[in-house]
Amino acid sequence: MTAALLQVDDLHVRFPISGGGLLGKGRRMLHAVNGISFSLAKGECLSIVGESGCGKSTTALSILGLQEPTEGMIRYRGQPLAGPGAPGRMQRAKAVQMVFQDPYASLNPRQSVRTSLAAPLRLHGVTAASEIADRIEAMLANVGLTTEHANRYPHEFSGGQRQRIGIARALILEPEIVVLDEPVSALDVSIRAQIINLLLDLQEKLGLSYLMISHDLSVVEHMSDRVLVMYFGQVVEEGGWREIFEAPAHPYTRRLIAAIPDPEKALNSPAQENNVAYPSSLKGRSFVSDGSATLDVFSAPPPSELIDIAPTHKVRVALPLAAETW
Amino acid sequence: MRFGFNFWLGAGLTALVIFAGVLAPWIAPFDPVLDADLMSSELPPDATFWFGTDAQGRDVYTRILYGAQISLTVGIVSQVINSIIGVTLGMTAGYWGGWWDDLVNGLTNVMLAIPSLIFALAVMAVLGPGLPSLLVALGLTNWSWTCRIARSSTLSLKSQGYVQAAQTLGYGDLRIMFTQILPNMLGPILVMATLGMGSAVLSEAALSFLGLGIQPPFPSWGSMLTDARQLIQLAPWVAIFPGLAIFLSVLGFNLLGDGLRDSLDPHMRTRKP
Repeated sequence: MTAALLQVDDLHVRFPISGGGLLGKGRRMLHAVNGISFSLAKGECLSIVGESGCGKSTTALSILGLQEPTEGMIRYRGQPLAGPGAPGRMQRAKAVQMVFQDPYASLNPRQSVRTSLAAPLRLHGVTAASEIADRIEAMLANVGLTTEHANRYPHEFSGGQRQRIGIARALILEPEIVVLDEPVSALDVSIRAQIINLLLDLQEKLGLSYLMISHDLSVVEHMSDRVLVMYFGQVVEEGGWREIFEAPAHPYTRRLIAAIPDPEKALNSPAQENNVAYPSSLKGRSFVSDGSATLDVFSAPPPSELIDIAPTHKVRVALPLAAETW
Repeated sequence: MRFGFNFWLGAGLTALVIFAGVLAPWIAPFDPVLDADLMSSELPPDATFWFGTDAQGRDVYTRILYGAQISLTVGIVSQVINSIIGVTLGMTAGYWGGWWDDLVNGLTNVMLAIPSLIFALAVMAVLGPGLPSLLVALGLTNWSWTCRIARSSTLSLKSQGYVQAAQTLGYGDLRIMFTQILPNMLGPILVMATLGMGSAVLSEAALSFLGLGIQPPFPSWGSMLTDARQLIQLAPWVAIFPGLAIFLSVLGFNLLGDGLRDSLDPHMRTRKP
């Protein structure tokens, strides 16, 4: 593995929730992200999976600079990307871009495709009309569209085509990291495979690093090199996709994977959960939660630690003394 | 886009007012000020004086045509000022939030709590009568609803993917507001401005009626009503025709605004069998 392109250390994001009191009385903090650490290497696809509200989107927004972290450090090529010394929007734009979930809300209905793609280029100092035209043409070709599409407006396109335009817009400034926020979950099943393959082709062709946020595990399995499983603002398991999908260690991960619809299994044998024995390295340890109970989001999570069970495989367990069997 | 009957009726009435105002110097049979002739005062409508004559013997029809210029100027200019103030405050408040939002909201609530005509009266009292101060007074007093609408539209547009995308592409806040948010909320703002034109025409008539607006001898529909007050039993046409002009133009602006709203907002569109 090469050096990390993006390094996130102990990221915390808390939101103040007004409790109704006039002078901030009863003000509570919602703990959205509780100490996330991970790194993203060049050319890698890291997926963050977890249920709605587990903090995966907030993590992505922090990396994009749309959400200021409460604590922690985000570094891009060793330079801070958040907090004091963070770059402005202009510099950040060339490092990280995003592909949005809903292709119907992510394109300005009043701008033609050409305007949507040309405006960022002009903003970033590309002024020659011929260069702008060339780059737009090349980018449209990259995402499987033609120059004729450039003069049309978003409502003239299908969902899949809109997502291609969204990808083109994210890539037009040639960023190194692309955050994919549920890139195919709003699309028809028949279109998903096309978009996934397009994303994989572009990753190889342009040397992109992807940070994918998803709860669709079949997409995650197909695209990721590594997977981060999040639960209530914490990483509960981290590992290569093979380790996560073939030897899941945390009960929450097991439940997630067991929930993937599999027609073969459903027809042939009844669903079997947790049928793999827990790894021997976990002997004597217990988990804080199996992911079935609702945790209190208004307080910090119970103490726990992330331990290595294999060279690239980590799982979160309760501290030995505070252990409490579930 | 489909427009209903109301829209076309409103557009027709508005077009009539615009034609009357713009073409007044060519189509009016007399001069609105100079053609005073006490020998022919208070004549009822006939073939020469279509709408009759007033106490000074001036042709009411001519004065109504010229009065349309005042009403249109007041309606359009005051709404342009209102929209600029309302959109600027509402959009920045919705986008930036925080203390600025609190401040703008407070100001909007204060403006809504003061009857706008009373406030306009106060402004006129300070600035003195006349058309320019009338425009300023009406332009400064009716922006609160536009501001509310601009703020709420901004709040909902801000969470759209394309606004977030613009942020990640490095756009500055003002550029996002003017290229991404403003074009997508022009519809409701335009509707508010059109509806506001009706109330501006009414306010102008009211202020002129009270003697604070357009000064005699120049014609405005409101000041014509003032002059007609003493004559209403002797020569009712002197009051009826300016009143009708106010009624029809305000009706026209309101129907136009309603029609625009209905066709721009699919939720308001009535289903036809």
